[in-house]
Amino acid sequence: MKKQKDERNTRKEMVRDLIILGITLLVTAVLLVAFPDRRGPVIKTSWNFFLEMIQILPAVMVLLGLFAVFVPNEAVVRYLGKTSGIKGIFLAILLGTLPTGPLYVAFPIASALLKKGARISNIILFLSAWACIKIPQEMVELQFLGARFMLARLTLTVIFVVIMALAIEWIMRWSDGEREAESPA
Amino acid sequence: MSITAIIINLMALVSLLIAFIKDREKAKKSLKIAGKSFVRMFPMVLTIIFIIGLLLGFVPPSQISRFIGEQSGIGGVLLIGTLGAIMHIPALLSFPLAASLLEGGASVTAVAAFITTLTMIGIVTLPLEIKELGRKMALLRNGLSFIIAIIIALIMGAIL
Repeated sequence: MKKQKDERNTRKEMVRDLIILGITLLVTAVLLVAFPDRRGPVIKTSWNFFLEMIQILPAVMVLLGLFAVFVPNEAVVRYLGKTSGIKGIFLAILLGTLPTGPLYVAFPIASALLKKGARISNIILFLSAWACIKIPQEMVELQFLGARFMLARLTLTVIFVVIMALAIEWIMRWSDGEREAESPA
Repeated sequence: MSITAIIINLMALVSLLIAFIKDREKAKKSLKIAGKSFVRMFPMVLTIIFIIGLLLGFVPPSQISRFIGEQSGIGGVLLIGTLGAIMHIPALLSFPLAASLLEGGASVTAVAAFITTLTMIGIVTLPLEIKELGRKMALLRNGLSFIIAIIIALIMGAIL
C-alpha cells in the first residue's frame, strides 16, 4: 500500500519537475533568440556546469544506493536509541552523515527516537547532521567550492550544531519545568 | 576530470565492487536504486544548469555583487539566507548554484549563508516537522538554525 503511494508521489513530483524544466527551457530559448549576443556565454556556462555535474552525479548516486540497501533506516534507529553522552553526540552526527535521503525522511525517524527516550540534543544533532553534513553532499561541495570552503564550513557547522543542540535541549527542559511549576497538582 | 571527481568515482567503484563480492543481490538492488534516483533527479539538474547559464549570462556581476556581494553587508547575507530557507531544492544542487553565484560576484559570506540555510532549514517541510516533533522543537530548530547559519557565514567570510 505504502509503496504504491510513494511511487505515485514520486511520479507526481517527476511530472512537476519536468514541467518546471520545460518552462525553464522555454524561457531560455526565448531569451537566447531575443538576445543573440548572449547565446555564447549562456550555452558555454551551462555546458561547463553540466560537465562538472555529470562527472560526479552517477558516482554519488551509486554511493547513495549502496547505503540505502546496506544501512537501512531501522539500523540507525536501533543504534541511536540507546546511546548518550559524548558517545551519543558522536554517534548522532555520524549516523546523520550517512547518505540516506532528504531531510523529511529523517523526521519520522527522529520522532521514533524521541518516543524511545533518546536525548533531545542527540535528536537535534542527528537531524542537523542529516541535513547538512552528509557525505555525498560534502563531495559535491568539494567539487564545486573547493577544499578550503568545504572544510571551513564543515568544521564551523559541527561546532555550532553541537552548541545549538545543547541550547535547544536546555530550552525545552526549562520551559517544560516552568509549565510543571505553574500548574500545581 | 578534476581530482575530486576522480576520487569520488574511484570510491563509488571500489564500494560497488565490495558490495558485489559481499552480496550480489543487494548490490544489484543498490544499482537499481541509484539508477532510479539518477533519473528522478535529472530534470532538476538540467533546470538548475540552465538557470545557472541564464544567471551568469544575463545578470551582470555588478548586480549580483550589489545584492549579495562584499559591499551589500549584513542585509545581503540575511536576504540570501532567507532565500535559502524558503527554496526547496536538493542540497546536492545547491553547490553548483552557489559556485555560480560566487563566480558572478557574490561574497563567500553570502554563499555560505545560502548553502547552510538551504540544507538546514525547510520552510516547505516545516508542517511535517511540526507534526512529527512538536511545534516547539520544530520552531526552535529552524529558528536557531537560521541564526547559526548567519554566524557560520560571517565567520566564513572573515577567515576565507
